[in-house]
Amino acid sequence: MHDVVIIGAGPAGLSAAISCRELDLDVLVVDEFPKPGGRLLGQLHQEPSGEWWNGILETKKLVDRAAELDTRIECGVSVHHIEKTETGFNTHTNQGIFPSENLLIATGAAESPAPIPGWTLPGVMSIGAAQVMTNVHRVRVGNKGIVAGVNVLSAAIAIELQLAGVELHSMVLPAKNAVNKHHANPKAVMEGLVRVAHLAPSPFIRFGSKFANNPLVRDIAVKFFPKGGVKMGDMPIHVRKSMIQINGTDKVESVTLANLTTDGEVIPGSEEIVEVDFVCIAGGLYPLAELAAVIGCPFQYVEELGGHVPVHNEQMETPVDGLFVAGNITGIESSKVAKDQGTLAGISIANRKYGKNADLEFSIIEAKKQVHRTRDNASIQFHPGIREGRQRIHQTYIAQEQANN
Amino acid sequence: MNKNRIMDHPVLESLGNPKKITFTFDGKKYEGFEGDTIASALLANGIRKLRVQEATGNPRSIYCNIGHCFECRVAVNGKQGYRACVTLIEENMAVDSGQVLPHPLHPDVEDLPKTYADYAKNYKKGGNPNA
Repeated sequence: MHDVVIIGAGPAGLSAAISCRELDLDVLVVDEFPKPGGRLLGQLHQEPSGEWWNGILETKKLVDRAAELDTRIECGVSVHHIEKTETGFNTHTNQGIFPSENLLIATGAAESPAPIPGWTLPGVMSIGAAQVMTNVHRVRVGNKGIVAGVNVLSAAIAIELQLAGVELHSMVLPAKNAVNKHHANPKAVMEGLVRVAHLAPSPFIRFGSKFANNPLVRDIAVKFFPKGGVKMGDMPIHVRKSMIQINGTDKVESVTLANLTTDGEVIPGSEEIVEVDFVCIAGGLYPLAELAAVIGCPFQYVEELGGHVPVHNEQMETPVDGLFVAGNITGIESSKVAKDQGTLAGISIANRKYGKNADLEFSIIEAKKQVHRTRDNASIQFHPGIREGRQRIHQTYIAQEQANN
Repeated sequence: MNKNRIMDHPVLESLGNPKKITFTFDGKKYEGFEGDTIASALLANGIRKLRVQEATGNPRSIYCNIGHCFECRVAVNGKQGYRACVTLIEENMAVDSGQVLPHPLHPDVEDLPKTYADYAKNYKKGGNPNA
């Protein structure tokens, strides 16, 4: 019986494991990827200060610290079920069942697909898939590609691909369908562009950042968006072009693009065919929360957090006794916030284990402050309303607690 | 095998000289590096197609590359259902692509077995109905 099983060895899970081990808890961390680090591994971008954020080195720091503390981390372990027991939880995996008193789910986020006709062809992949192939496995995903989906994540990864010498034709919007109205709407996409303004010193960035969140200015910006796109590095970004089809028989051979009206409707006769051998689809991130649902944790839909999120309070406890959450499962934010949330969750778990004491309560207050500081200083902001979203989910927790007492 | 490999990178460390691992895919020999997944080793060798859709035969490859979408299912050492994107290659590992499977709603009704003996003869090893 472990004091805590942690599902996910990303920045949140590893940081939680470290703070639990520092407080002498018996910890088991499991992750289904062959190495620890989660999505942190693939991250590589330049901070506004000019310094590089290198996910591989950041992961190494966490893994080394965890190793100093004799933390057990098991990779290649897939969790498929969780069961509530009298004394805690049974985590069912492909390597057997692991019982624990407490459970931390730190499964991170997954990418929303943006289906485009032809998207099952070999050579079509999510933008995150290309990131992992390029930066973690060090394999070129193709000779010349194109990105469908213009957002914070895809802009950052497009820069990473170019850095590794992979040629990109352009970034365009995905074909409009019933489920992706935001990603296929030039006006909504333009709003998002403002938030990548700091990612690289390029004309595109300067162009985007001028328009702030003023709807009138934004609409004008969409209307007069340059026909040739706005360049990021050597690659143009288009918000008035859409990928309406991916062509090929056994693999990607080309894509069909079309021009859009300012409202995102295809302009007939504007179709053009562009030869590429790979396509990256970027539909944005959502919290990967199925395991919290399996154990019966209540959920709430919070748009600012990226979708359905397990109800939790500010110290990362859920209404299910002994179940904690941390990282992107609680809302889409940067890996730095995830790390701090992990540390906070670890202390909260220890506080439950040791029957709440003043020292730990004080540490929790400090760890909460750290989460806020990191959020305020974040160089990548996924959603402008993140603070309001967080407040809403915490209030739901409090309301449920009061209803139960 | 290094045709698609990013050996040197302007920010990340150079790959240096990783240990080579030999494995087979559909019976053919390939080399990958230690730490490669089946998907990354094959893509480094220029191979994208990992399976076909079981009913239509349409080609499939990786989509998410982190184990969520299950598009990259292959057989490893005779056992089916491994995700190529989260399974590491090992020396002499035999990987096989996913194939078209018999379909109960196959449009050509004439191809369907009429009796259990027909079924056993066509789809079970050695025609043994109890196999």
